[in-house]
Amino acid sequence: MAGDAANVAVRTERLGREYGELVALDKVTFELAEGRSLAILGPNGAGKSTLVRILAGLLRPTSGKVRVLDADLPGENWKLRGRVGYLGHRPMLYRDLTIAENLDFHARLHRIGDAADRIGELLDQVGLRRRADELVANLSAGMLHRADIARLLLPRPEILLLDEPLSNLDPAARDTLGAMLADQPVKARLTVSHEPERAAADHDEVLLIGGDGRVSWQGPAGEYDPDAHAGVYAGALR
Amino acid sequence: MSTYRALVAKDLRVELRTWQSVPAMALLAVGTFVLFRFGLDRTELEGTLAAGILLVTTLFAGLLAVNRLFVPEREEGGFETMRLAPVPAAAVFLAKATVLFVYLAIFGAITLAAFAFFFTPDIASLPLLLLVILLFNAAISVTGAFVSPIATNSRSRDLLVPILLIPLLVPAIVAAAQVAGPVFNPSLPAFSSYSGWLIAAVLYDFVFAALGLALYDFLLDD
Repeated sequence: MAGDAANVAVRTERLGREYGELVALDKVTFELAEGRSLAILGPNGAGKSTLVRILAGLLRPTSGKVRVLDADLPGENWKLRGRVGYLGHRPMLYRDLTIAENLDFHARLHRIGDAADRIGELLDQVGLRRRADELVANLSAGMLHRADIARLLLPRPEILLLDEPLSNLDPAARDTLGAMLADQPVKARLTVSHEPERAAADHDEVLLIGGDGRVSWQGPAGEYDPDAHAGVYAGALR
Repeated sequence: MSTYRALVAKDLRVELRTWQSVPAMALLAVGTFVLFRFGLDRTELEGTLAAGILLVTTLFAGLLAVNRLFVPEREEGGFETMRLAPVPAAAVFLAKATVLFVYLAIFGAITLAAFAFFFTPDIASLPLLLLVILLFNAAISVTGAFVSPIATNSRSRDLLVPILLIPLLVPAIVAAAQVAGPVFNPSLPAFSSYSGWLIAAVLYDFVFAALGLALYDFLLDD
């Protein structure tokens, strides 16, 4: 991963987000240096996806401070445009366009000069070159996810925000694409995962969010013991 | 400019592939004309009645297109795409207004032919009628592009579009009807009798285009 460890890629301070009366995130504070990767763990409903959407500039926090790269969010969202690679639960692809048309559309929005070469290269990497002219509506969930990963990497983002990036993929694709995402030359990579062992092995640091939306544990991935934190997952539904 | 072109091309390509908006609009218009044809029991129309039926039908058909304008953005990640990419909100507004205008232009050609078939109106000046229709289409396009993201992000999208759009378009339809009314007659009155309304129709389009360009960044936010 690229980046200078002395610089901070992501910093949150007492970050909070509420949906009406539901508190999704409560006083979340953490810091990730450039060149590092972070696995975000926690039970369903802990606010992991909300956290990633806030960091991407897609959602406004209700309290606290957020800084991503050199942008204070949400006020300086504009500074992040084109620099964040966000992979969410829902693919950002139009169903009635082909994979190639979708990627070409994204390339034009991001003003990518070598679009055709870049698209071809990414389609090869995700194994969709032969299906480039197929409508997105006709793709299986796994193929759709591969196409969305190509879309994610197309503009060469500086930071990756990944929400369960390996869901819907077969075991071989999980290994190939997991390694591909890990090898991207980005300043930081943050990944929401429901696989504590694998996530801890693939990242430098771990942030565990509890069912109450608060940070339950954070530290180096090597020190994370999934068994010791199994209680966070038990009875977490709010 | 290239962003604007990419957004317009994407929407038009999807419409050409799915035909979800324009055929529905045309069908609604023809159905409405049939209802008026037999409801009024008249084979010929003239003056403000002809103008009113044509313009109100255009407005209702336009509601269908406005309703659908941002559905792919909401359901297929378009809003996220536009907020993550270096896309100026003004380009999105202009692109969506352009797409609506193109839909309404195609629809207008079909509708005028159907209107002439059902009601055989006298038309004193076809260029003036086309100008009025273009100005009214532009009014629907800019206000529709303005209202559509607000409605699309709401649970009651189908209700919100007409509730927001119809009151906003009252001045535009008044101005357009005041010009189109005299056109649906054997001879055209003096230019001075409708020129003020023509200017009002142009001003309306500019005001809402300016509002859209200024405020669209807020409308696309979460």
